[in-house]
Amino acid sequence: MLGYTIKRLLQMIFVLWIVSVIVFLMMSFTGDPVFMVIPIDSTQAEIDQARRILGLDRSLFEQYLVFMNGMLQGDFGRSYVYRQPAMDLILERLPATMEIVVVAMIFAALVAIPLGVYAGANPNRTASRAIMSGSLLGISLPSFWVGMMLIFLLAVQWQIFPSSGRGDTVEFMGLKLSVLTLDGWYHIILPSLTLSLATMAIILRITRAGMMEVMRQDYMKFARAKGVSRRGVLYGHGLRNALIPVVTIFGLQLGDLIAFATITETIFAWPGLGKLLIDSIYRADRPVIVVYLMLVAFIFVVINFIVDMVYTWIDPRITVK
Amino acid sequence: MSATFLSSEFFHNYKRNASAIAGSIILIIFAVIVVAGPLFVAQDPYDVGQLNLLDSYKPPVWLEGGDPRFLLGTDGQGRGVLAGILYGTRVSVMIGVTAMLMSCIIGTTAGLLAGFYGGRLDAAIMRIADIQLSFPSMLIALFLMSAFGTGIDKVLIALTAVGWVVYARTVRGSTLSEVQKEYVQAARVAGLRDAKIIRRHVLPNVMTPLIVVATVQVGTFILIEASLSFLGVGVPITQPSLGLLIKNGFDVLFSGLWWTSVFPGLFIMALVFGINLFGDFLRDELNPRLK
Repeated sequence: MLGYTIKRLLQMIFVLWIVSVIVFLMMSFTGDPVFMVIPIDSTQAEIDQARRILGLDRSLFEQYLVFMNGMLQGDFGRSYVYRQPAMDLILERLPATMEIVVVAMIFAALVAIPLGVYAGANPNRTASRAIMSGSLLGISLPSFWVGMMLIFLLAVQWQIFPSSGRGDTVEFMGLKLSVLTLDGWYHIILPSLTLSLATMAIILRITRAGMMEVMRQDYMKFARAKGVSRRGVLYGHGLRNALIPVVTIFGLQLGDLIAFATITETIFAWPGLGKLLIDSIYRADRPVIVVYLMLVAFIFVVINFIVDMVYTWIDPRITVK
Repeated sequence: MSATFLSSEFFHNYKRNASAIAGSIILIIFAVIVVAGPLFVAQDPYDVGQLNLLDSYKPPVWLEGGDPRFLLGTDGQGRGVLAGILYGTRVSVMIGVTAMLMSCIIGTTAGLLAGFYGGRLDAAIMRIADIQLSFPSMLIALFLMSAFGTGIDKVLIALTAVGWVVYARTVRGSTLSEVQKEYVQAARVAGLRDAKIIRRHVLPNVMTPLIVVATVQVGTFILIEASLSFLGVGVPITQPSLGLLIKNGFDVLFSGLWWTSVFPGLFIMALVFGINLFGDFLRDELNPRLK
């Protein structure tokens, strides 16, 4: 187990290194950042000077060494637009994104798991068929469009929920959070609901497939025969075993949610990471894009690592080599 | 269509599956739109000479102020929403299908080579695939587009870069097991060149699972492209897809001009729903485990 953990950790470092190379190379192909920092009417001498200050006059390899060296020392560069350390900007926005992602995940699990268990346990009922068609529709919807429709109906027409922003936040352990205020919840519901739809549909389908597989097993019949209630069999024996693939999907979906948060945040003007990324792309703010990608890559490899570890824990049949 | 197909188990199950039929009806309608869409509207929405600013923001025809020339209303430039949708559907479908074909060709080739030759080539291809799979497609595509800039060709490259992995993995897996089989050994003994064995013997036997992947992927690609265009890093304004139409509608949604964004969204939804309905049927039919 220890050997496996160490091997996985080394793999994580390797993946992050590859990602840093790719991110660096791709970024050097994007527009010239010099023109983002200097006034339009600069002379050639000023352009050259700015290029020198940013280190862009050196070879690509040298630039990479400088970039890597900075990163290893915790220096991720300064935003061209905000003129502050890119990492600070990102960390400042991170809680807002994590909030909608976590709330979306909870929405998805609360709706999808019970419905998936029901549809998997009674595959031939009309209600199950309706649930499955609904989930297929959920996968087929462009999430940004759903968000717009929610804004149009619930914020513009009926004015039940606000259409944008984060609402009141409360400082908690140094983080500004919306989930601790009622106004914050008003603001968080629509973006999280929008974000959760696709995940909800996917988790529902995986749960159902897992349940259908489990329902055929003898231990389910045995548990029922020995007098466990139907509900107890479904949730205690069935779901527990059907949950294994769901855990993996949960992990992968967390990554997808962070990615799709860029769109949701843009629609709802939610001041999180995703909106920062899109704004930075428009303004060719390279350092911010790089830090965002490296941070997201880091989050992903950590999630994958945790998923693998949790796997062996929830399913003792899986042994690691 | 031969008599063997009409009496096959596949067709028999198809006839009895309501959602598969519904899916194919939707897809046929969209095929007609893609082929003949412009014939249904008088206006070419991208010919500036045919636009009239006096026609801007007309509501759909059944609302007060509607104009019979514009069934689903008009946008800010006096462009018919329906005309925009019919032309935009072409762009969306073209991108989805082309990117799927490109991903399929590249991914299948990579998977065949990895599975057939093994060794370092296999390790290299699969390592790239592993790393890529740990990131959501949307994010990789968004990142590539931000580096490339907008354009249909760039969207195709970004989608292909995202999409090849799933073919490579599937094909590699089935190739590994096919290579062990006697018919491949026999072909080798018969002295056939590797290229011919791969193309004539292995390839046909690893194709079936790809059909489902390819079908569903067209839908996924259409959604990713729409999201990219919505964020402004997808197709150019001169060739708007359904996603870009929704983005343009978003800017005026708060003024209550809902028809410019609602209708393109309904079209994407119907299109992808049709693809997924049909893909679901194929998955059940072609998956031997469920039989």
